[in-house]
Amino acid sequence: MTDIPAKAAVPSAASGSLLLTLMKARTFIALIAVLIFFSIAAPNFLSTANLILMSKHVALNAFLAMGMTFVIITGGIDLSVGSIVGLCGMVAGYLVLNGIDLQIGYTIYFNVVEIALITLAVGILIGAVNGLLITRLNVAPFIATLGVLYVARGLALLSSDGRTFPNLVGKSELGTTGFGFLGAGRLLGLPVAIWILIVVALAAAYLAKYTPLGRHIFAVGGNERASRISGVRVNMVKMFVYMFSGFCAAIVGLIISSELMASHPATGESFELNAIAAAVLGGTSMSGGRGTIGGTIVGAFVIGILSDGLVMMGVSSFWQMVIKGLVIIVAVVVDQAQRRLQSRVTLMQMAKAG
Amino acid sequence: MSTVANHDVILKLEDVSKVYSGTVAVKRANFEVRKGAVNVLVGENGAGKSTLMKIIAGVEQPTAGRILLEGEDVSFASSGDAVNRGIGMVFQELNLFGNLTVAENIFATREITNRFRKIDRKEQERRAAQFLERLQAGIRPDILVEDLRIGQQQLVEIAKAVSLDARILIMDEPTSALSAAEVEILFKVIADLKARGVAIVYISHRLEELIRIGDYITVLRDGHITGQEEMKNVDTRWIVRQMIGSDAKDFAKADGHVPGEEIFRAEDICLSRATGGLAVDHVSLSLRAGEILGIYGLMGAGRSELFDCIMGRHGRATGTIFIAGKRVKERDTTRRIRRGLALIPEDRQREGLVSILSVASNLTLASLSRFVRLFHIRGGPERQAVVQMVRELAIKVADPAQEVSSLSGGNQQKVVIGKALLTGPKVLLMDEPSRGIDVGAKADVFRTMRKLSRDGLGILFATSDLDEVMALSDRIAVMSNGKLTGMFDRAEATEAVLVAASALGHGPAPHTENTAHD
Repeated sequence: MTDIPAKAAVPSAASGSLLLTLMKARTFIALIAVLIFFSIAAPNFLSTANLILMSKHVALNAFLAMGMTFVIITGGIDLSVGSIVGLCGMVAGYLVLNGIDLQIGYTIYFNVVEIALITLAVGILIGAVNGLLITRLNVAPFIATLGVLYVARGLALLSSDGRTFPNLVGKSELGTTGFGFLGAGRLLGLPVAIWILIVVALAAAYLAKYTPLGRHIFAVGGNERASRISGVRVNMVKMFVYMFSGFCAAIVGLIISSELMASHPATGESFELNAIAAAVLGGTSMSGGRGTIGGTIVGAFVIGILSDGLVMMGVSSFWQMVIKGLVIIVAVVVDQAQRRLQSRVTLMQMAKAG
Repeated sequence: MSTVANHDVILKLEDVSKVYSGTVAVKRANFEVRKGAVNVLVGENGAGKSTLMKIIAGVEQPTAGRILLEGEDVSFASSGDAVNRGIGMVFQELNLFGNLTVAENIFATREITNRFRKIDRKEQERRAAQFLERLQAGIRPDILVEDLRIGQQQLVEIAKAVSLDARILIMDEPTSALSAAEVEILFKVIADLKARGVAIVYISHRLEELIRIGDYITVLRDGHITGQEEMKNVDTRWIVRQMIGSDAKDFAKADGHVPGEEIFRAEDICLSRATGGLAVDHVSLSLRAGEILGIYGLMGAGRSELFDCIMGRHGRATGTIFIAGKRVKERDTTRRIRRGLALIPEDRQREGLVSILSVASNLTLASLSRFVRLFHIRGGPERQAVVQMVRELAIKVADPAQEVSSLSGGNQQKVVIGKALLTGPKVLLMDEPSRGIDVGAKADVFRTMRKLSRDGLGILFATSDLDEVMALSDRIAVMSNGKLTGMFDRAEATEAVLVAASALGHGPAPHTENTAHD
């Protein structure tokens, strides 16, 4: 009785289903479209060097967008990631140059691995502050992370009095050399940053799909009250997503400082907006409950390729902003249309089923 | 049907149907509303009364059929349209803005302005005070609605509807949170409106109330209108017969198994209200394995709040609970579920389901840890559990990967029950488990309850449906105003004693005979 109506509904809903499939794959289609467009319109676009350069640009936004995706799926927002990037870059730069002065005549210098771990811990810690503000003190995510945005940026500027930490090569006698590896190093021909992105993205995608925590992230975003009654530890889930977002931002801070071999306190300004754009372009719903890591990565690539390609074509940066904005708006409009079509197809199938 | 000359038909629904995704709420209903009379509408939960009224008030649009207002074909695109044609409604769910004052609520969308288009606050408050005076509510028009108790809010809602100066006034369970004295005042206001020729549509569950004030009665069952009569020609028995139908409800029969040891005990549960007073007032009860304990009470009696306390949803609740004789020290929901408690909440959409997730994800949401090795959800066992639960509860779904929101109400309810059962509970708390689901699904749910109790689960279920509580319970507890006001064995429980116990402390006076003589 249950499978007969399902079969009967297939032919009638076929045209709707095809359109639906196209719409669901829209970000991917958009990616292929921009790739084809720029390979024709921009010379050298498809050269290996350019592709690798572009993926390094994309990787930075992709990290932030992944963290943002989880946050948005739970129904929140994290505006502080750009500032965390800046602050974490400064932490890493400070530790390479100055170490920690113990005030008793000794100064501890950490090796590069330790510095990276400390920086990541700082990112996670700031994420935890966001999480605590939101879960314990009931501050709205927008406000809590807005506040942290300012505080973290202020701290970054205070750390150097607004100056850049230059020349982070370190000293071999202190064991602080090798900081450039993250930004400039290569493994099997691919930049280290790309490898890290692959690892983190696979881990995040696995987490979303195959772990209770991942399932709970979606449940909290879909219906927080129902999740609570079902025994989901809503506060823990929220703590996790903001800490993960802070972790991703710290990675970006490390990579940028390492690429430039310098830390500038204004690094990462307005990065949060690009991250939100990538997540939304990848099909993450701002009202929570929907989104995928894969979609977000593709979204980050669309945005990244679009801006790099336009630069290569010599389009003015003012027009770039307009185009980026339009792409985001179109993406969301198509998303809404897909929802409506989907519910229509479902209703049609149900009507057929009686 | 006899027509009385001075009770002309002002509004007529012809073959009106309303279909939601998944359910047909109203089927080809023909309904007449008469001027200067109280037109009573009665039916069980989910029979379609509220939907029918929302169609008249323009809140919902009919899927098919015609609405005739004084013989003229009309259609209301919004409630504003209906208000303009003189139709006002007192909603069952209060539709008030808690952050605005009483006067601002009464004149919302019809603000009184002066020459400069500025709201004339003084005038609004003066007129609001007049309407409130008629209801003898003793409510100041300049205080915030959120600071009023629920009963007072209901009076504001009524004052708002009266202030519309409507020709047709719909009241959807206006007395559900009123005290006996307030109900008397409301009835005086209704008599007054009636005398001025207003057509009143009155919905209530309280049969004694209906018989007292009604002039015409219409009975709805499962979206069909099953009877339309003048009130003077009918009695309670007729109403009940039309409501339930000749085929008595399919309550799975008791199988006569004997309950076992005590499995759950609650002692001295208290929960304070935000507005002062106690929502749950020193409630103690115990439950045996394999026993179904029904908790009967009116809306706002504290049944849902009691369940919330037991599940650990309120940090400020006091009292102790025991499972199988052992004290439950855990205070949070997560760990109480692990100890063997599970709740099926009253509001499926808001608290039961994550509507954008699949049927399968919803079913296993509360019990994921069962399928996890280290941190990995094993797909095989999870799918197996889902398939088994779908079969056991007869959930009608083609593919468990389907979004749960595409199911009908009854099947959604079964998913909520399945989710609770997958946690392997010892004690199941069910809050209005049959609310808003069709007859077939109801029967399935009741059968499941019987089967679970046979398997040794203790079941606490809250309901405001007398038949349900009488037919399903081994014992019946009655709550009123946060207190436990009665505890009866099935053998000694009669409808009369339950109703009497449920009215202690609030609600209309239990003795209808006395009030009828007033």
